[in-house]
Amino acid sequence: MAGKPERAGINRRGFLKSSLNTLSGLLIGGIGGLLFSRSSKKEMVWQIDPEICIQCERCAANCVLAHSAVKCVHSFSMCGYCDLCSGYLEPGARSRDTGAENQLCPTGALKRTFIENPYFEYTIDEKLCIGCGKCVKGCAAFGNGSLCLQVRHDRCLNCNECSIARSCPSQAWKRVPADRPYILRGDESASFERRMKRGDHG
Amino acid sequence: MGKRSSGNNRRESIHRRGPAAAGMLILFSLLLAAVLGYAQIQERFPKPDFQTDYTRPDLSTPLPRAQVWEYVDIAVLIAALVLASYFAHRLRSRRKIFWLMVFSLVYFGFIRQGCVCAVGAVQNVAYALFNTGYAIPLSVIAFFVLPLVFTLFYGRTFCAAVCPLGAAQDAVILKPVRLSSTTAGLLGMLPVIYLGLAVLFAATGTGFIICRYDPFIGFFRFGASFAMVLFGAAVLLLGTVVARPYCRFLCPLGVLLDWMSRLSKKHVKITPDTCSNCRLCEESCPFGAIHKPNPSAQSPDKQTELRRLAVLLVLLPVIMFGAGWAGSRLYVPLARQHPTVALSEEILLENGGKRAVMTDATRAFRASGKTADELFEEAGRIQQRFRTGGWLLGGFIGIVFVFKLIGLTILRRRPEYEIDAGACFSCGRCFSFCPYEQLRLGTITQKELEEMEREGKNGSGAGGTSPMENNQNG
Ligand code: SF4
Ligand code: SF4
Ligand code: SF4
Ligand code: SF4
Repeated sequence: MAGKPERAGINRRGFLKSSLNTLSGLLIGGIGGLLFSRSSKKEMVWQIDPEICIQCERCAANCVLAHSAVKCVHSFSMCGYCDLCSGYLEPGARSRDTGAENQLCPTGALKRTFIENPYFEYTIDEKLCIGCGKCVKGCAAFGNGSLCLQVRHDRCLNCNECSIARSCPSQAWKRVPADRPYILRGDESASFERRMKRGDHG
Repeated sequence: MGKRSSGNNRRESIHRRGPAAAGMLILFSLLLAAVLGYAQIQERFPKPDFQTDYTRPDLSTPLPRAQVWEYVDIAVLIAALVLASYFAHRLRSRRKIFWLMVFSLVYFGFIRQGCVCAVGAVQNVAYALFNTGYAIPLSVIAFFVLPLVFTLFYGRTFCAAVCPLGAAQDAVILKPVRLSSTTAGLLGMLPVIYLGLAVLFAATGTGFIICRYDPFIGFFRFGASFAMVLFGAAVLLLGTVVARPYCRFLCPLGVLLDWMSRLSKKHVKITPDTCSNCRLCEESCPFGAIHKPNPSAQSPDKQTELRRLAVLLVLLPVIMFGAGWAGSRLYVPLARQHPTVALSEEILLENGGKRAVMTDATRAFRASGKTADELFEEAGRIQQRFRTGGWLLGGFIGIVFVFKLIGLTILRRRPEYEIDAGACFSCGRCFSFCPYEQLRLGTITQKELEEMEREGKNGSGAGGTSPMENNQNG
């Protein structure tokens, strides 16, 4: 065992190692710094652009959660409060009452309440809604388009790769800043904006 | 407002003719809408003028979890990394590392439900580097940078006690088998390929495959697709006999951590004292990260070694370019994974009359008002990126492969039992196997130490095979 060359070898190795160590550190620091300069202080969250969504029903099935984080939301400001709601009633429904066989919603999540003649209010029971978008489709086809699908952020886990977004055929999903996490229609959009500015997050 | 008034008329006529006719009308328009793709949003009915004092309810808009939690996560990450390094280097306490690992499993796994994790963050970083439009969140940068930096200083203490994926596998190790160095080396190429693909797919905006095939997210969330749960269960089951299979043979971040760890300023040692080659620690590492001593007499002579090295260095550019070329040839199937490219191929099929029924995707595209040419152009651009990306991917895999071969040819002389800094997770299991460690801790006396050493050397200790036979395996 020749002691000297071995030691020289170790020193060479040691030098190489420590230079590479510094180099890697600089590289990682550089990448980190570059990204930091571009970073957003805000968290980004997923949302559906309702103008692009085609209500394909994948939102109901593809969420990693057993009960999808996507639910139907109602922009009341746009609703016609129709007696004959095409989001509520099955096409060809026999009667306009609340019988399950007449309802478009498979889970009976869309609730109909009489307001005054001839108006009815439609609200969504989020515990029941599975986010299938059947009602949304019905409303868009023949109504005012006041229903739409949205990711509900009290439920969504904000997966790094949303498994619905990945399978969305219309590519309607995008990342939006966490303090503006909904894309709404009608007056609700403006009043949501106002509320956020006020810091009222009810 | 022609639209509005036609809506009015329609509504009036519906009311006159009764529900049955209305139903048919709805049915008809729904069918029409389905055929056309989707219905344009238009206000067909006027907003009602309520006579009663009814007011519209507010639409609730629950917000995502508060921003501070992002900073809490970063703080917990830093604290865990500091503690892990402290436990491994200073206290050399397997038990403390274990409990920290359990904490990380609970916090990063079950409480934070596995997102965002350091492994997945690699993709966000790649995506952000190539897509200036994407504002990467601060926490994601921290989850990428901090584990790597800590590894540059202290080795893979992140793997030992911070990573929830590692923790889940570490907890199920039962009877680990030792894989031969060739098997381990070959399987070790899988993470390299996985990393390359993940970066390529992330950089091109195709998707985050690491997240898609995360083995444990289903457990962390108590629910996932069947395939995901099955994969996770398989990893855990395999993990009882092949310790940490995901970490060693799939984890893409592991590739980077391996390199950083080899270069680390400090790395845990089996014993801070001198090794007496008692062989007691030989089988203590479930991950095969302990090299056996390799007396110089056993290795082939310098000449052969140099010759092999020269051949490999000559082969390096050849293999690199070969692999790069092969990678670039794969651009068509790779690019097809991108939703835009996949869509353009479907549109092409339909326009060419090769398929009669539209898919949801093509229907949505046709309703979007974009022209097919715009789509094809974009798809072409993406394919081009994949062609370049394929070159880089292949070249990268080629280089790593050659360097792995070089690592196998050059036998470093090791006078004593030594940790492989790249493969070691700094888990601390082997520490207590060393009798000198026990002596230092005062758990055994000098006499017991000598006794233990004698037993180990006689082969009745932890190891069964003679060290001479296994030299090359180190
Ligand atoms: S997957 Fe996309 S198109 Fe389908 S319902 Fe969800 S957002 Fe709409
Ligand atoms: S039809 Fe589907 S989206 Fe609409 S309320 Fe019912 S479950 Fe929700
Ligand atoms: S990000 Fe995750 S939890 Fe949220 S909607 Fe998508 S799959 Fe569901
Ligand atoms: S600390 Fe010891 S037992 Fe743990 S991975 Fe490293 S060499 Fe193996």
